[in-house]
Amino acid sequence: MENLEQLVQDGLAAVEQADSLQALDQIRVEYLGKKGVITQQAKTLGKLSAEERPAAGQKINEAKGQVEQAINARRSGLEQAALDARLASESIDVTLPGRGQDLGGLHPVTRTLQRIEQFFAQAGYSVEQGPEIEDDYHNFEALNIPGHHPARAMHDTFYFNPGTLLRTHTSPVQVRTMEASEPPYRMICPGRVYRCDSDMTHTPMFHQVEGLLVEKNVSFADLKSTVEEFLRVFFERDLAVRFRPSYFPFTEPSAEVDIEWGREEDGSIKWLEVMGCGMVHPKVFSYCGIDPEEYRGFAFGMGVERLAMLRYGVKDLRMFFENDLRFLRQFR
Amino acid sequence: MKFSEQWLREWVNPAIDTQALVDQITMAGLEVDGFESVAGRFTGVVIGEVRTVAPHPDADKLRVCQVAGGDEVVQVVCGAPNVREGLKVPFAMVGAVLPGDFKIKKAKLRGQPSHGMLCSESELGLSESHDGLMELPDDAPVGQSITEYLGLDDVTIDVDLTPNRADCLSIRGIAREVGVLNSLLVEGPAIEPVAASHQEQVAVTVSAPEGCPRYLARILKNVDLSVDTPLWMQEKLRRSGIRSIDPAVDVTNYVMLELGQPMHAFDREEIIGGIVVRMAEAGEKLVLLDGQEVELTPDTLVIADRQKPIAIAGVMGGEHSGVNDKTRDLVLESAFFEPITLAGKARHYGLHTDASHRFERGVDHQLARTAMERATALLMEIVGGEPGEIVEVTHDEELPEDRVIDLRHQRVTDVLGLAIDRTEIEEILTRLGLHVDKLLKEGWQVHVPSFRPDLAIEEDLIEEIGRIFGYNNLPVTEPVAPMGLRPVAEATRPLSAIQRYFVDRGYQEAITYSFVDPKTQALVDPDHEGIELANPISADLSIMRTSLWSGLLKTVAYNQNRQQPRVRLFESGLRFIRRDGEIEQQPMLSGVIAGPQVPENWTNGRREADFFDVKGELEGLFQLLGIEVQFERGAHPALHPGQCARLTRDGAFVGWLGSLHPQVQKNLELNGTILMFELSLNSIVTGYVPNFKDVSKFPEVRRDLAIIIGNDTAFADVERVVKQTAGEHMTALRAFDVYEGESLGEGNRSLALSLFWQHPERTLNEEEVHTLFNGVIDALKEELGATLRS
Repeated sequence: MENLEQLVQDGLAAVEQADSLQALDQIRVEYLGKKGVITQQAKTLGKLSAEERPAAGQKINEAKGQVEQAINARRSGLEQAALDARLASESIDVTLPGRGQDLGGLHPVTRTLQRIEQFFAQAGYSVEQGPEIEDDYHNFEALNIPGHHPARAMHDTFYFNPGTLLRTHTSPVQVRTMEASEPPYRMICPGRVYRCDSDMTHTPMFHQVEGLLVEKNVSFADLKSTVEEFLRVFFERDLAVRFRPSYFPFTEPSAEVDIEWGREEDGSIKWLEVMGCGMVHPKVFSYCGIDPEEYRGFAFGMGVERLAMLRYGVKDLRMFFENDLRFLRQFR
Repeated sequence: MKFSEQWLREWVNPAIDTQALVDQITMAGLEVDGFESVAGRFTGVVIGEVRTVAPHPDADKLRVCQVAGGDEVVQVVCGAPNVREGLKVPFAMVGAVLPGDFKIKKAKLRGQPSHGMLCSESELGLSESHDGLMELPDDAPVGQSITEYLGLDDVTIDVDLTPNRADCLSIRGIAREVGVLNSLLVEGPAIEPVAASHQEQVAVTVSAPEGCPRYLARILKNVDLSVDTPLWMQEKLRRSGIRSIDPAVDVTNYVMLELGQPMHAFDREEIIGGIVVRMAEAGEKLVLLDGQEVELTPDTLVIADRQKPIAIAGVMGGEHSGVNDKTRDLVLESAFFEPITLAGKARHYGLHTDASHRFERGVDHQLARTAMERATALLMEIVGGEPGEIVEVTHDEELPEDRVIDLRHQRVTDVLGLAIDRTEIEEILTRLGLHVDKLLKEGWQVHVPSFRPDLAIEEDLIEEIGRIFGYNNLPVTEPVAPMGLRPVAEATRPLSAIQRYFVDRGYQEAITYSFVDPKTQALVDPDHEGIELANPISADLSIMRTSLWSGLLKTVAYNQNRQQPRVRLFESGLRFIRRDGEIEQQPMLSGVIAGPQVPENWTNGRREADFFDVKGELEGLFQLLGIEVQFERGAHPALHPGQCARLTRDGAFVGWLGSLHPQVQKNLELNGTILMFELSLNSIVTGYVPNFKDVSKFPEVRRDLAIIIGNDTAFADVERVVKQTAGEHMTALRAFDVYEGESLGEGNRSLALSLFWQHPERTLNEEEVHTLFNGVIDALKEELGATLRS
């Protein structure tokens, strides 16, 4: 049995020197395989007496276990080293920039329009669209702006011929919607509008959102809450809002809406005009075949670029239509 | 309208300061644009009297004057040409500070000591006038502060009136508003009829009474128009933005500002045979006061004599019949011209006058006589003269009707959302000058005065009540509306989802003008006739776009010129096409792509985007929308003839995809390869609602083949043949390699395909698949002349 002792010592030494998993496997076969030198020791048991056999067998098993354990330990060591080597070789510079498509962005006017639509959709308003080349009737006449009306001068209109024009506001969409369906209504009409005016503060095309609510029982007080709430959710601030009497041919009473926008030198509120509104003029209802004694309504309208400029701090209106990527990318 | 605060306060004088006054009228709906002091800031200027004038010994243009006004008579050197003995002038004494922080000190001018300065209007910030010294009246008290004497502690208030408030285009009208707001009595100057001192009259014939329901004329004989308009009147005019011309014009302007009645003064000698108010005859000509000759159109109301037009009614007088300092006899006109007749006339002749502004918006039709009396009295004070009787031609039936409006208390409450006390309503209306009859239990009958032509219906009165009560005093309540749900079509995608799709794929949304440059459009879409604007803002924005490409390609150029090589843009909006005389306004979605497909990176980021990159993106969009779109070889004048696809859905046109034609690209001065697409939104937004089909539990079989076909055979043809012959259980066909090379022979290419089969209910056996596969190969050989690649 001295031989066994020696075999174990040799085996352990071989394991110790194995430098790869294949070498280790060979050692396993050599010592512990069916024909392995330690396994073969079991043949010697036959020469022993029945009394000696269990003890000798146990010794052989212990010797096998000893070598096997060493092999396993060595294997994990080698595997770990291999893994470490692989991991080391696969290491990358994670600070290099990623690859692939950039994110684009919505135009700030669209972004603003979508916010406005979202607020009003929550309150049950539908979004209505209409033609941009309009007829005189829907753009003016049906909105209580007859041909001779001085208010026509407030709308520098682009014409194609005397009866066809580019809409100067989105109100004709309201008229068309009222013509085509029955009250009540809750709608907003966003879109492009056109005025024949171009300078630092005017572009010949811009965007409006006009809103209309028609119910049997609605008042100026209801209009006030709608406008005030809208302005506060739009600017996400609890700002002061005031209503200043004004004039639009299609609403009465009419008001301009001012919001608090900073302070004057003397500490008083600096007011900034942001939108117009009013109760739908009875004549507009009559033009659309709605009985003004049965229904009342309120309407409001705002310039989208103006709101976007205030919201995002854009200084020059004209930038919206230059489409300079360095400008547009700021609104992703 | 501009007016002097002091002038207003002569009529009504609330105990509030300028800022409060301005805020008050703004919040009443008369928006104040701004106000400014009527003079520059200065101190130490008094009325001086030039006692003596002597030549300067060493300067031709300077005079050495002795001037009284301060504590003692002092010497002042002055260069103004109008300096003379006895002249009263504004005198800035030593120690005075003039506008611009200009300090007056003792000085020597060419050796002569000078103790102060004689001032012009511009040096005091009164006007831009540099015509020498400001000359003060002979009775100006020497030594009095000029600020006090001229009442310069005043501001000019500029109010931006809405077109309905014609009644506020005068001191009288603004004063009435201020009176209402402060519950104060408004008192103007006493206006009494002026008795005639002779019997001479000018004959007046009104042959167009619908345009001129009322016309008044009066002769004022033997006037002296060479005198100066009194300083107080000049100042009031100046502070209201009107330049002094001569006493006759100044008085008519003064009365217009004071009362709101535009007037005109003619030279009686130039009126031949009397005044005729009529419509112009076609081709008649008139030289206006501003010197321009106009050819009158027959829809123009004119004031004429027996021979020719002498004025455009309510707009501007003629040069010939105008007054000058030699005019001896005046004919004064005070009339009511009907607003609709005058509407747009001034503009038609390129004019906008104070008179036309008022008449178009509506002048008080009962005001003409009062104004005539006022003007007569003022003129007589200034230029003397002998007044005749007023000749009045009024057609009562053409005057605006008296308006009586029924007003219901409940309606006021319903519209404003607040039950305002009945007595308060009555008080507001009464203060506004309306006559209120308590009539019905539920309301009132309200008589509207002639100075408020804007009030015609119940809502007009409700607005007045709300306005004076204060919009900001009205409550704030939530509207009550039914909570019903609205249908949303699931198969239809909102535009926002499509926009989001492109944004996620690196596209930046652009918004370009709907009107474009006709030259660009002719390059980009020569097949469609654009709709031209009659009054474009400029030639390069004069035609409605027939394709969104015009604006987008310009935007690519704009950005390429600013070192932005990688441009991916999309836009949605209408295009405008004339078809069979009708205008079609179609919502489109278009994109342009230039530069690398992905942003340049540290491996391989410089590959230019190509047709198939963009096609893949569109295919992704169509998956999102749940629609099937066919890409066919097409021809579009703006697109590369070999790289142009026409898109259809169920045979109907959807749009175009291709690369920009190199010639068009050159003309537009664009760089690199440019890909573009345009889709008709209406034809793609509606897809389908998913309808579940069982998922097969059985294995899928794949077979690959490579064929050689002619270059002119489209993949779509191969696809069609394969689909026809591969049987109902083919699930997919994929091209995994396309190769062209010399080895294949000229004009050939090799196409490698994978075919997939799967049966929903069983495993397909080898033999079945083999048969189908061979069938496909045979069909390809037979129908397309394909050969199998070995």
